[in-house]
Amino acid sequence: MSWEVVIGLEVHCQVNTKSKAFCGCSTEFGAEPNSQTCPVCLGMPGQLPVLNRTAVEKSILTGLAINGRINLESKFDRKNYFYPDLPKGYQITQFELPIVEGGYIDIPTKDGEKRLGVTRIHMEEDAGKSMHEGLDAVSHIDLNRSGIPLMEIVSEPDMRSADEAIAYLKQLHQIIKFLDVSGADMEKGQFRCDANVSVRRPGEPFGTRTEMKNMNSFRFIKQAIDYEVNRQIELIEDGGAVKQESRLWDSVNNESRPMRSKEEAHDYRYFPEPDLPILRVTQEEVDAIRAGMPELPSQLRHRFETEFGLSPYDADVLTQTQALSMWYEALVAAHPVNPKQCANWLANELLGRLKDMNKDITESPISAAAFAVLLDRMEDNTISGKIAKDVLDAMMETGQSADEIIEAKGLKQVSDSGAIDSIIEAVIAANPEQTEAYRGGKDKLFGFFVGQVMKASKGQANPAMVNERLKALLG
Amino acid sequence: MPFRSLSDIKSQLDAGETTAVDVAKLYLDRIKAHNGDLNAFVHIDPPHVLAQAEASDAYRAKHAARPLEGLPIAVKDIFCTLDGPTRCCSNILEGFEAPYDAHVITLLKEAGAVLVGKTNMDEFAMGSSNETSAFGGCKNPWNTDCIPGGSSGGSAVAVAAGLTPAALGTDTGGSIRQPAALTGLVGLKPTYGRVSRRGIIAFASSLDQAGPMTRTVKDTAMITAVLSSHDSADSTSVVDAPSFDWLKACDAKDMKGLRIGKPKEYFIDGMDAKVRQLVEDALKQCEALGAEIVDISLPHTEYAVAAYYVIASSEASTNLSRYDGVRFGHRCDNPEDLEDMYARTRDEGFGSEVKRRILTGAFALSSGYYDAYYLKAQQVRTLISQDFKAAFEQVDVIATPTSPIPAFKSGEKTNDPLTMYLADIFTIAVNLAGLPGLSQPCGFVDGLPVGLQWLAPAWREDKILHAASAYEGATDWHTKSPFGFEPKQAGGNV
Repeated sequence: MSWEVVIGLEVHCQVNTKSKAFCGCSTEFGAEPNSQTCPVCLGMPGQLPVLNRTAVEKSILTGLAINGRINLESKFDRKNYFYPDLPKGYQITQFELPIVEGGYIDIPTKDGEKRLGVTRIHMEEDAGKSMHEGLDAVSHIDLNRSGIPLMEIVSEPDMRSADEAIAYLKQLHQIIKFLDVSGADMEKGQFRCDANVSVRRPGEPFGTRTEMKNMNSFRFIKQAIDYEVNRQIELIEDGGAVKQESRLWDSVNNESRPMRSKEEAHDYRYFPEPDLPILRVTQEEVDAIRAGMPELPSQLRHRFETEFGLSPYDADVLTQTQALSMWYEALVAAHPVNPKQCANWLANELLGRLKDMNKDITESPISAAAFAVLLDRMEDNTISGKIAKDVLDAMMETGQSADEIIEAKGLKQVSDSGAIDSIIEAVIAANPEQTEAYRGGKDKLFGFFVGQVMKASKGQANPAMVNERLKALLG
Repeated sequence: MPFRSLSDIKSQLDAGETTAVDVAKLYLDRIKAHNGDLNAFVHIDPPHVLAQAEASDAYRAKHAARPLEGLPIAVKDIFCTLDGPTRCCSNILEGFEAPYDAHVITLLKEAGAVLVGKTNMDEFAMGSSNETSAFGGCKNPWNTDCIPGGSSGGSAVAVAAGLTPAALGTDTGGSIRQPAALTGLVGLKPTYGRVSRRGIIAFASSLDQAGPMTRTVKDTAMITAVLSSHDSADSTSVVDAPSFDWLKACDAKDMKGLRIGKPKEYFIDGMDAKVRQLVEDALKQCEALGAEIVDISLPHTEYAVAAYYVIASSEASTNLSRYDGVRFGHRCDNPEDLEDMYARTRDEGFGSEVKRRILTGAFALSSGYYDAYYLKAQQVRTLISQDFKAAFEQVDVIATPTSPIPAFKSGEKTNDPLTMYLADIFTIAVNLAGLPGLSQPCGFVDGLPVGLQWLAPAWREDKILHAASAYEGATDWHTKSPFGFEPKQAGGNV
């Protein structure tokens, strides 16, 4: 009998506000330890929180984007636990009444789209960082991160495989990037995931779940979930039982281990935060945020497919980031004759080259307008596709325009039939055996002659004309 | 001078009959003479006090005097101040010096006040007798065998013994009004949200409110007028809080047309009969001044103390989590590991009453008990608010005794926390409902002062000031001063 995997995800996402959730300190990443702190985020006596309005707006925006319901009244609570990087001894969070409830994200699967539920999004504050490594008998604490606003996005237990979990996370990650509500840089801890994993026989109630923590890349998340699923199935099949626990993923040894029971045996003693009144937003404010919402990846994909005739694959590639989709749209605007050609060349040629340079589209050395000129030159037969790739290389390297490079290197395509004929005649003269064989019926040799002519023209001969004239002259 | 009101001293300063420096010197001398016995102040820095007074005189020479120009005011050790230590009278804040002033301290400074020093209090404001202070208790000048009440005991003693003309306290369940009553002073807890809590060390965030302790109603109004100011850095500080002319509200000479509610739940068996009689007498006097006394009921009063101790302790249990030895204050020596550091730091740093409340609060909030305790207490809180709301549809103000008993002997109740908690039985409901409350002297029992408490709807401190001023004008209780603390007549420090 088969096993069914049940996965629910909790994503902690740093909201990219300028100042912290409850004080005016900067949220800039990478500053000197403890340089971005004040009495409020240091938890000093008598200091009080004041809620960051932008964090609220960005949380609402995210809620709208995942089709959630915005609670016009929500509440803050205290989550109590002791840890040196938690200055107040409690985290301000939303426990009972979060700002967003309900919602969903659609993911592509091989059986079509699947709708995955989002339970809630709540606002909270980040803790500082403890550093133990390389220190002897002491630990250091950096409270720059203390008080940075977070959204915790909690899914329903709707995923049935690690792949679905990853698809959900990628969609969510993309939405968040599009909305510009978070840097969502996983390496910087701006997008962190915990996964609740259980297995069951189909049709049976949920099995006991474990919580996988400390995963900061899609790859590790998939590995950790797969590992945990196998561990649980083996455990049960061997007659054992899954214990509800938190487990840490060890990406070095590719295994998870249970956290010490002390680390998880918390009674957080949640209760309403008396220092903050009920958070009230009006329907008008929510509507205004909705009106300012950018086009989401799913909407863009749909539009790229219908408006520009792109394949679902190309549409997906070009909507990975908002910057890329905007670049594509700028390219189409400058080269409107062939949107599909734009997509092919952007996705295959430019992005490939940028990837080799370890750059993303925002760092491209050439603009969409300059790239469009290159496509124009192919369209008007000034250069062939093959030459265009060389021109693109030169453009990337020098920043010069396509026309400058074509001119300077004399790469203009030869479309003069007289000139092409004389090259063909020279090739025929130089290859009497092959000419004989071709004329004797060996049609396959046609490609050989095309290659020779193109080589002799340094690739500049118009390929269509070469075909035409070769056929005529080879007879 | 030492027993004169703040407004009298202000008049003298305004008239040029004395200077801020002379006033400051007088009180510094009295502190020097009496604080050793009374233990009202836990921190004083005379040169700094004189420097402030000199600066005030210099300011007055060039500008129009500010509302509290040159007037000495002492503050409870719960207010964070840039100058000197802030300890909340706890060992856990050993060595702590706040890098900021509480917002109300800033307001006092901006109003020209001269800050005299930090006054004694129950540790973290948890107590009704000032006996839980890490610096030891302080003595009631009316009878030095007795406690002065708490938690703002030091502020009460300092004003009552004429060591300062006014002081600030904080009131979470009666901590201004009860010591004011027990030392013969006027003390006001303003409406919750009127005075900023920023920089005041939190005990119970939803209940704490700062206010003045003075000799007269007008003095209280003068100071509260300065403290009432929205603070955008305190999310519970109310924007556009309803206001009025604080001094004008004290002009009342009679109580014509005033309907005073007399709640039966505040005149009960078990309270001191003489205290009860004095408050009944005071109400008769109010009637003579034109008031109408209306018998009312606040039916959920009996649950107030229980609800209060659940809510206040719950909030305190997490407000005090930040005292962990990591960033400031006391840290135990040679901790073995993190848990040992937390455990010993907090065990050494907190006194037994503070520990009792942290444990009570942590228990009330813990999983499985939350509904039975914290949630139930919040429901009681709502009912108590509704009681008051209904009552204020019938009456303008409510009058009650402030404390069921006068000051008791030091050590008498320290081993019986429940009896101690009942000292706040008449003051607590007001904090739960967020309403303003004022205590003023209304007589003596065996030489110990007794307080009359006035309550009003939220934001209507003006009604309280009206009633209290009229009563004060018709009586002389506020003019009494304790025996043994008179200014020396010769060779001395008048």
